[in-house]
Amino acid sequence: MSDRFVSGAANKGADFLLELRSEEIPARMQAGARAELEKLFRAQLSAAGLEAGDLTIWSTPRRLALVARGLPEATAAVSEELKGPRSSAPPQALEGFLRKTGLTQDQLEDRDGVYFAVIDKPGRATAEVLAEAIPAIVRGFSWPKSMRWGKDSASSESLRWVRPLSGIVAIFGEELIQCEVSGISAGYATRGHRFHCPGEITIGSAADYAEKLRACHVIVDHEERQSIIRDGAAKAAADAGLALVADEGLAIENAGLTEWPVPLLGRFDEAFLEVPPEVIQLTARVNQKYFVVNGADGKLANGFVCTANIDAVDGGAEIVAGNRKVLAARLSDARFFWEKDQKRTLAQHAEKLANITFHEKLGTVADKVERVAKLARWLVEENIVTVQPRHSREGENPASTPSSGTPAFAGVAKEELADQAELAARLAKADLVTEMVGEFPELQGLMGGYYARAEGLPDAVADAIRDHYKPVGQGDDVPTAPVTVAVALADKLDTIIGFYYWGEMPTGSKDPYALRRAAIGILRTVLDNSIRLRLQPAFHGGFQLVHEAMRKLPPRDVELGFMGNAAAGAVLLVIDRLKVQQREAGVRHDLIDAVFALGGEDDLVRLLARVKALQAFMATEDGTNLLAGYKRAANILKQADIAVAPAKAGAAGNSAPNTTAPAFAGATDVDRTLLAALDAAEPAATTAVAEERFTDAMAALASLRAPIDAFFDGVMVNDPDDAIRTYRLGLLGRFTGAVHGVADFSKIEG
Amino acid sequence: MADAAEKESLSFQDMILTLHAYWAARGCAILQPYDMRVGAGTFHPATTLRSLGPEPWNVAYVQPSRRPTDGRYGENPNRLQHYYQYQVILKPSPADLQDQYLGSLAAIGIDPLLHDIRFVEDDWESPTLGAWGLGWEVWCDGMEVTQFTYFQQMGGYDCKPVAGELTYGLERLAMYIQNVDNVYDLRFSDAVGDVAAVSYGDVFLENERQFSKWNFEVADTDALFAGFKAAEAECQRAIAANVPLAAYDQAIEASHLFNLLQARGVISVQERANYMGRVRDLAKGSCKAWIDSQSERWTEKYPGWTL
Repeated sequence: MSDRFVSGAANKGADFLLELRSEEIPARMQAGARAELEKLFRAQLSAAGLEAGDLTIWSTPRRLALVARGLPEATAAVSEELKGPRSSAPPQALEGFLRKTGLTQDQLEDRDGVYFAVIDKPGRATAEVLAEAIPAIVRGFSWPKSMRWGKDSASSESLRWVRPLSGIVAIFGEELIQCEVSGISAGYATRGHRFHCPGEITIGSAADYAEKLRACHVIVDHEERQSIIRDGAAKAAADAGLALVADEGLAIENAGLTEWPVPLLGRFDEAFLEVPPEVIQLTARVNQKYFVVNGADGKLANGFVCTANIDAVDGGAEIVAGNRKVLAARLSDARFFWEKDQKRTLAQHAEKLANITFHEKLGTVADKVERVAKLARWLVEENIVTVQPRHSREGENPASTPSSGTPAFAGVAKEELADQAELAARLAKADLVTEMVGEFPELQGLMGGYYARAEGLPDAVADAIRDHYKPVGQGDDVPTAPVTVAVALADKLDTIIGFYYWGEMPTGSKDPYALRRAAIGILRTVLDNSIRLRLQPAFHGGFQLVHEAMRKLPPRDVELGFMGNAAAGAVLLVIDRLKVQQREAGVRHDLIDAVFALGGEDDLVRLLARVKALQAFMATEDGTNLLAGYKRAANILKQADIAVAPAKAGAAGNSAPNTTAPAFAGATDVDRTLLAALDAAEPAATTAVAEERFTDAMAALASLRAPIDAFFDGVMVNDPDDAIRTYRLGLLGRFTGAVHGVADFSKIEG
Repeated sequence: MADAAEKESLSFQDMILTLHAYWAARGCAILQPYDMRVGAGTFHPATTLRSLGPEPWNVAYVQPSRRPTDGRYGENPNRLQHYYQYQVILKPSPADLQDQYLGSLAAIGIDPLLHDIRFVEDDWESPTLGAWGLGWEVWCDGMEVTQFTYFQQMGGYDCKPVAGELTYGLERLAMYIQNVDNVYDLRFSDAVGDVAAVSYGDVFLENERQFSKWNFEVADTDALFAGFKAAEAECQRAIAANVPLAAYDQAIEASHLFNLLQARGVISVQERANYMGRVRDLAKGSCKAWIDSQSERWTEKYPGWTL
């Protein structure tokens, strides 16, 4: 009905400056605020028909600034054409149209018996658009946390901002944009550095804004401040013969805390270096926002770099002295914790775990520790975790190192490993009740490791205590030392088991107990170390352990079969994570399903080896053709109402043909060739699977490709002769059965 | 050099007197400490209860604060189970509150071009008071010397209007100004004529030793538990009797007894949340009763004001 076209020549552009000044904006919110300002500004202009174009957004603790370059002086004039009634229409229709458009009849155009109204909308001055946009931006601004202030806050409707908003500068070209928000009127005046230049300064335009502020000790460009801090801190350290420990997060945070950053090097008492370096670094970074430095030996040195916000009149000597004193107080607290914690053994600390609830239905942390200790020992006794780290034998056929093949001398070592795993598990959580971990929760594990070594426990035990939470994040190391592996696996198995026991499974985006992360930890540890762990029995055993332990806790009524079902659920959790993890490695999730669906394949190492062989096979012509043949066979069987070969071939691979196809007089050469191929391929595949020679199993399947293709090309299954039909359906049944011995091809996509 | 600095700097008591004069000149009523054991100046009813409602309220006071678990038997140069906070409440928060605050630092001798003053995000929340606000911890050369908060809620109610709260850590500031590393070395008062100067240690070292011992080792936990129950019951009776100020006293009492029980290490992790919830209920109940007793007067005096 309406048609718009734009008229008017291109405007000569002018730059627009907006500064929103406030009391100190939290450093962590500044990046988000810049993005929000850009988003809202673009939306406001676009709603008025203006393109915001190139924007520069800056932030300091006390201001958000935006510069839009080359905005037109006015929005474009718009001519709108409206189609009206036919000139032959009743007069009421015309009257209605005139009312709607506000025109008179002689202003309408009659085009071939139809009235048209052409309405010219002149462009709006950009200044006017901006004057409306600024209050809308301020009122619509979204902060992670906002507040009310001042006398206006007597009303609930008063303006909210991250901290009190104190001033607005809005200049288009050199013209002030007149606007007001909550009693604050836009003007030309801003303020410089809080201490160096506390008075008002007048801004002329976007062009002189940054330089006028710089003259008043404010570097408005946050990126420039970040590089001053980054480079200045490195230089301050280098000048003292030290090396800065780079920390981009700290550079950004300090840039968010300063308008005029001045990095300064200070020293602390060398005696504090007896405290673990991680503790010193954490204290300095988290509490004080200081960088730490390394000495020439690459070890943490007794220096720090703080970032001041002034050019101090004494060059910063007092500031450094003050900061040194604060850090010393922090470090003496840390040393106090370090020394006090060591007055008791980890075993003594562990006694207090009985006072900490792990989860109301799962008892205390002491209860958890008890279960983890038992699971860790069980993992060793069952030869799941062995003395020799498996990963050293990577590349070998896993079947060549069956668990029964443990060397005889390993008996003693195995007993020792079991003892160490149990001991480490019993002490692994003890540091949770130490003063140091109470102060710095992120040091859990690490401190336990330090304390264990300090009290003379074996390195393997100390390492296991230190590393048993690993792997924590995606890039985190996976444990490889056997004692650590046993404790790390046991801890995560117990966590999953405990929550599944009470039906607390992750759902959708909700995973409050981080069970998915525990599952990823298990699968990474298992795969990286080539650990032969059957998940179903491991979980099942774990559930019995938990159930046992629950006797003294709120009991759960467990129906028959509960353990098995819960274990199956837990296995699925791990398999789901495996699919996600392997997707990145290019492994197809449908192939994982195809192998897992056979049932019983819950050994991740074997599962993955089988899937990889399958994926390689599916990439070949034989593979894709075999899949096509399989699907065709399955369809024919389905139409004949014959169940597609069940996956009798379990993980152990004891496959047997489910449909026999006896020698038959009506058979053709094509039939006989397929039968012969099946007779050869079936046992070959079965044996290969049993011996974990999966590539050979695929080769056996590949040998079926030509005969099955020839079969479909050369004969008709649904022969009018019932006997022949039955015979051929039997052949197809054997064919699908043979394929199923390797993988459930019905799960494969494509 | 150190001597010169010492002579120039304010003693502990002169610092307090200077702050009193400074805030009195800006319209604050200088109140006295509340006569009960509290964990912070915020507990003083002049802050908790008076930050509610529409009436302007500008006060400053020193509040002795007790944190039993922070006791170190007088052996730690920075930690005390009893210390002083200087508390300023300005309602509604004035537009130049930051400048007024910085003026007070200058008054006690902190030069902002020599020392690095910073406003670092620190959102304040007191679960036991059902209160929260946004603001900063103010750093002086990396040391937190003041909590600066715009109260948003108290006792679970919106602050209308918002009050600005300044809480100075007096010992830390004094250690800074006097340039001493040990709190007990602070000059509490200067020598006058024949009368010798008094140190902070002269006044408080023995207190720290004895109270640390009592807090951690001696206090009768049965009596503390009984006292908690009694205060809880009395608070509820006072609320029912519509005497919220008296009720609030009992909430303060319960809160302090809970802190003592914590120091004695007899409250398990599981029980802790439960006790904190009970204290919060008392504080919130007192605030509600206070509002109920005042709101009629408030709405009369300030037409259009709503809770």
